[in-house]
Amino acid sequence: GPLWERPLMEVRLGELHTWISTCNFSPQGLLAAVQRAWSSYCAKYIHVKQGGPAGISMLLAGYCLLSYGWNYQHLKRHRWRKYH
Amino acid sequence: PSAPAALRALPPPVAVGVLHTTRPLHTTQQSLAPVPPLPEKGGEVRHGLIPEEFFQFLYPKTGVTGPYMLGTGLLLYLLSKEIYVVNHETAAAACILTVIVYAIKKFGPEVAAFADKLNEEKVATAVAMKDEAIQTLQTAIEEEKKEQWRAEGRSYLFDAKRNNVAMLLETNYRERLLMVYSEVKKRLDYQVAMQTLKRQKEQDHMIQWVEKNVVQSITPQQQKESIAKCIVDLKALSKGAHAAV
Repeated sequence: GPLWERPLMEVRLGELHTWISTCNFSPQGLLAAVQRAWSSYCAKYIHVKQGGPAGISMLLAGYCLLSYGWNYQHLKRHRWRKYH
Repeated sequence: PSAPAALRALPPPVAVGVLHTTRPLHTTQQSLAPVPPLPEKGGEVRHGLIPEEFFQFLYPKTGVTGPYMLGTGLLLYLLSKEIYVVNHETAAAACILTVIVYAIKKFGPEVAAFADKLNEEKVATAVAMKDEAIQTLQTAIEEEKKEQWRAEGRSYLFDAKRNNVAMLLETNYRERLLMVYSEVKKRLDYQVAMQTLKRQKEQDHMIQWVEKNVVQSITPQQQKESIAKCIVDLKALSKGAHAAV
């Protein structure tokens, strides 16, 4: 279909710039984008008849990574090497 | 005029019985039912963490081992540059992850079977309700058809009822006829009885009067004379009888 209606996964690298320019960056647009992403994730991994550990484990892994990123400035002080 | 705006905004009601076709009913496809069923399996995920689409994305360029090499290289880079710092939390995370993976591998299928059983029970109850509803409706349809068939025999019913009414009328008429006849007969019998009684009384009275007068008129003189005559007659008769014998 046309460029502005395609989801992110189907956009080629070369068209990424134009695709971002067609995005709706208002609060409602961002909220709608978050809503879409969440509902598509749920529909794919959680609302199935036989889901495995994958649905929740990916959310937990994402949470672990996010929290590591948020606490990085504090964890940096526990390094072993002084110079990198 | 006093109704709220929401009520006024509704389309005008359709008169039952005389269907005005200006407001069409049920023309659009209902989008709510039936709900499409859930997909059987979720998206493919390798090692429980990385979606299969990532491996497929890298396959044309790097083959099968591409993502693994990428992962190893990334891990070594993070460790050597100490972007990922090894501290007490790392040991804790390693222990927890081991336990979790062991638990999932050991008890996963049982829990999955249990959850499936719960789901199946729910679905079975729902399906049973649906089947029961369908069955009741089917029986209702058959009953209705039977009632319609029965209603066809109403002409017989009305004929029987008409016959009944006619018979009642006839019976009543004949009863009244009989009553009239018996009443009239009673009256006439009374008159006849009165006349016969009167005649009989007159007769008796006359007979009595005649007898009384006759008895009164028999004087003792006549009595003696009649007795003597009778005796003479008897003697004559006895003589004649002796002679005959």
